Amino acid sequence: MSAAIRVASFIGLMLVSMQSWAEYHLNLRPGVTSFSQGAYDIHTLVMWICVVIGIVVFGAMIYSIVMHRKSRGAVAAKFDDNLTIEIVWTVIPFIILGFMAVPATKVLLAMEDVSDSDMSIKVTGYQWKWHYDYNVGENAQDISFFSNLATPMEEIHNKATKEKNYLLEVDNRIVVPANKKIRLLFTSNDVIHAWWIPAFGVKQDAIPGYINDAWFKTDKIGTYRGQCAELCGTNHGFMPIVVDVVSEADYEKWVASKKESAAAAEASSNKTWTKAELIEHGKAVYATNCVACHQASGEGIPNVFPALKGSAIATGDVSKHIDIVVHGKTGTAMQAFGAQLNDADLAALVTYERNAWGNDTGDAVQPADIKAAR
Amino acid sequence: MSAVIEEHHDDHDHKPTGIGRWLFSTNHKDIGTMYLCFSFLMLFIGGTLALVIRAELFQPGLQFIDPELFNQMTTLHGLIMVFGVIMPAFVGLANWMVPLMIGAPDMALPRMNNWSFWLLPGAFGLLIASLIMSLMGMGSAPNFGWTFYAPLSTTYGPDSTDFFIFSVHMMGISSIMGAINIIATIINMRAPGMTYMKMPIFVWTWFITAYLLIAVMPVLAGAVTMMLTDRNFGTSFFSAAGGGDPVLFQHVFWFFGHPEVYIMILPSFGIISQIVPTFSRKKIFGYSSMVYATSSIAFLSFIVWAHHMFTTGMPVATELFFMYATMLIAVPTGVKVFNWVSTMWKGSLTFETPMLFAIAFIFLFTIGGFTGLMLAIVPADFQYHDTYFVVAHFHYVLVSGALFGIFAAVYFWLPKWTGNMYDEGLGKWHFWLSTISMNILFFPMHFLGLAGMPRRIPDYNLQFAEFNQIASIGAFIFGFSQLILLYNVIKTIRGKSSEKATDQVWEGAEGLEWTLPSPAPFHSFTTPPTVK
Repeated sequence: MSAAIRVASFIGLMLVSMQSWAEYHLNLRPGVTSFSQGAYDIHTLVMWICVVIGIVVFGAMIYSIVMHRKSRGAVAAKFDDNLTIEIVWTVIPFIILGFMAVPATKVLLAMEDVSDSDMSIKVTGYQWKWHYDYNVGENAQDISFFSNLATPMEEIHNKATKEKNYLLEVDNRIVVPANKKIRLLFTSNDVIHAWWIPAFGVKQDAIPGYINDAWFKTDKIGTYRGQCAELCGTNHGFMPIVVDVVSEADYEKWVASKKESAAAAEASSNKTWTKAELIEHGKAVYATNCVACHQASGEGIPNVFPALKGSAIATGDVSKHIDIVVHGKTGTAMQAFGAQLNDADLAALVTYERNAWGNDTGDAVQPADIKAAR
Repeated sequence: MSAVIEEHHDDHDHKPTGIGRWLFSTNHKDIGTMYLCFSFLMLFIGGTLALVIRAELFQPGLQFIDPELFNQMTTLHGLIMVFGVIMPAFVGLANWMVPLMIGAPDMALPRMNNWSFWLLPGAFGLLIASLIMSLMGMGSAPNFGWTFYAPLSTTYGPDSTDFFIFSVHMMGISSIMGAINIIATIINMRAPGMTYMKMPIFVWTWFITAYLLIAVMPVLAGAVTMMLTDRNFGTSFFSAAGGGDPVLFQHVFWFFGHPEVYIMILPSFGIISQIVPTFSRKKIFGYSSMVYATSSIAFLSFIVWAHHMFTTGMPVATELFFMYATMLIAVPTGVKVFNWVSTMWKGSLTFETPMLFAIAFIFLFTIGGFTGLMLAIVPADFQYHDTYFVVAHFHYVLVSGALFGIFAAVYFWLPKWTGNMYDEGLGKWHFWLSTISMNILFFPMHFLGLAGMPRRIPDYNLQFAEFNQIASIGAFIFGFSQLILLYNVIKTIRGKSSEKATDQVWEGAEGLEWTLPSPAPFHSFTTPPTVK
């Protein structure tokens, strides 16, 4: 009797504490699109069917463990076969599976229908960042940008307090209008990545040489976060995805501001910078694009990523330095940044690398030098 | 001449001595022992890597190892556990038990048996050498996950990838030879009267597993050979830039990989089917349906591989086919679970350590089976894929499935192997600590995956902190609990304070192996027994 009370009070305590468990997200969330809801519903259905089957099977086992133990004087029965029951427990699972398969098929067919989209975004995976290009398909806009991890290295290395969106913050977010069917086209520049926003129920691999597609549409304005879901090398854990779903009007404003800043960047590539300006801007470019491999100290990771501090390239011939930054080095993780950064960014970056960490070459590289080297 | 041979045969317990006994052994029992010891060693190496992973994941932020080394840890942990622990342990058990269970004097191909074993230390020597070199600062060990997807492992793979390729080739040759040997033994060397439908279920499950191995290990060899030529000889099988196809790699890999996961569970099904009737003192329920269910699972394993690839952008009809085929596996698997429960039903149950592990297997493997069914559902799989939900799923089937099956087998047959009873108290401690900590370790991973934590990441958002912490605590308890097993096994082998085992060992035990003395003599069944 007292044992029963103890068990009951334990279960009661568990239920009370469920309230505080809620914030730890025990379960899948319904999300904000029709098929994140669909996935949630089918998940819930299958899970509860499993729970019921589990209770029946485990219940029979527990009953047997308690009642048919030798220490209670149980004597083994002689039966070892029964064709009827074998047929029953082969056929019933088929029927149960049918109940799961029908709704699963319906949700899947809806998900795979990418026709009649309002706009498209081409998503390209890079080691270890995402590139978004709005200049495809219907309602194309001349906007494209890279989206890098924005969490500071100090937080990752436990030298600063971690923010709420630790590892889930980027420098440039994707912005899309609400209530529009957004088609996403996925590909990759190097290895396989996977683009995933749990709240949309969208997960697609970005594969070099392939173009995959998916779509989403939501009326819920807000910010949605996700991560790369396919192991893609050293910094796989550090390439988040952030989507801002905004109103139509806000989207138009964002498009206009993006175009303005593109024009400003163009202008800055045509002027001549002072060395101090270059170094200051270069430090920021380095922190976004280079620090993951070559490290803030410029020392790299021994035998994996080379050091820039005191390196032959960063202290030697300027044109060789520009060449490797612009064109990359094939067969290594060193990418061709010429395709990713503008002339001013690259000039500032090279200048910074040639003057930081005791690489005191005193060189100042101008955007025009980069343009010449492209 | 013939007189010499006669004399040799009279000395039934003649053993070679010294290191030569092991290096040149053609004796199924000694080779079985070597396989099991090798697997045990690898369990501790692979387990240590797992603890490094869990230590790093104990808190958000990077504490102990950098992301590059983290990837090497997950890769080698997976490879060592799959190819170095589970598979060799099963082959070791087959070596020991298949001849004893079918009344054969030895394996059919004893010299090949020796070579299949001795390839393994070479294979894992190469693999572990790459890790040691990495730790010494000489380049990176394999860092692309145990699934080694191209082009991460080809164009972007570290130099040590070629070590990995040769290591996999050697493991593959070893497995294929082991499988050929088991099939040859079972077909040719059964005692008179032992028809196929009288074979113990463990023999049946290994018979089917061996065919799976022969069918798919060459496919794996093909995959790594294509990698080798892509990396070194300018081909482009898996490189889109050269007209190849990265997704082809995944199809080839999983055509091997899915039957491989059944290779890692079917022998455990066999073990559980030996243990549950023994400690229920009742015949296995539905013997023939067990055999048919195992065969169905083996057949289905060849037509479900692309369920690992739902997010690669397959045509919707392909996704539907692989979803339905995968769901079908639930039927024969369910039959097996129902049969085990019915075997226990109205039995006369006792709960020695092998039975405890067998019962835990049925509970926990079934949970892994449920999550497997959930993963088959494509729309839901888009949410689960490559998250900790998958990590939880496959550890439930591999740790509380395959590994618990092996633990149960070791406790079940150790008295037959050594002639001494293991320490039952320590066995129960090992069982309870392992079972409880295994759930503390892996159950929260379901929640992590559903909440959105991707797998194979060295650092995570703060919302995942609590469950990662709980999982890491479980991991350390689980890891150190295995030392109890090590101590118990050594104690039993030394046998100084152990109770001597009887020939039958267990009250409810039935089968040829229990008619032999304990310990089983070095040469057994030199005259075949007759099975009625």
